[in-house]
Amino acid sequence: MSGEEDATVREPLDLIRLSLDERIYVKLRSDRELRGKLHAFDQHLNMILGDVEEVITTVEIDDETYEEIVRTIKRNIQFLFVRGDGVILVSPPLRAP
Amino acid sequence: MLFFSYFKDLVGQEVTVELKNDLAIRGTLHSVDQYLNIKLENTRVVDQDKFPHMLSVRNCFIRGSVVRYVQLPPDGVDVDLLHDAARREARGA
Repeated sequence: MSGEEDATVREPLDLIRLSLDERIYVKLRSDRELRGKLHAFDQHLNMILGDVEEVITTVEIDDETYEEIVRTIKRNIQFLFVRGDGVILVSPPLRAP
Repeated sequence: MLFFSYFKDLVGQEVTVELKNDLAIRGTLHSVDQYLNIKLENTRVVDQDKFPHMLSVRNCFIRGSVVRYVQLPPDGVDVDLLHDAARREARGA
């Protein structure tokens, strides 16, 4: 079954392939970020992630002081399909996963 | 093709589809197509107070392009199979 597997990294998707079964960081549109274990992906960057933490960041501007209040909402999902058209970037985790 | 095949294997299971407009719909996966359009049965909206639009809707067709996430049953898949399929898929597709 696992006959010939080309281990050479030639194109960007090969780099992502190296991260299969590893934890990754995904930046999405609408100020969202995901950290989870990469189980599958395709050329559209559709992905299936496991043990995911989603962080949604919002910035409120106070009417009087005009200061920016940054808030984050976190959510955990065990098993998640992510549609590729929302993905901005994929990377190894920036901190300890 | 990878995720099309994956979702075909998942037909009959309960999933939660989160749309790009933040609406989340829970239901039984009835069918899927190559565009990852989804048909759900026995649907109910997750936050009914926030989204009263679809209170009486029990079945729906969801255009694939409006999906943000699909929350999957944790035991709904063999991860090793997925890894192997992804390793084969991404190159030269």
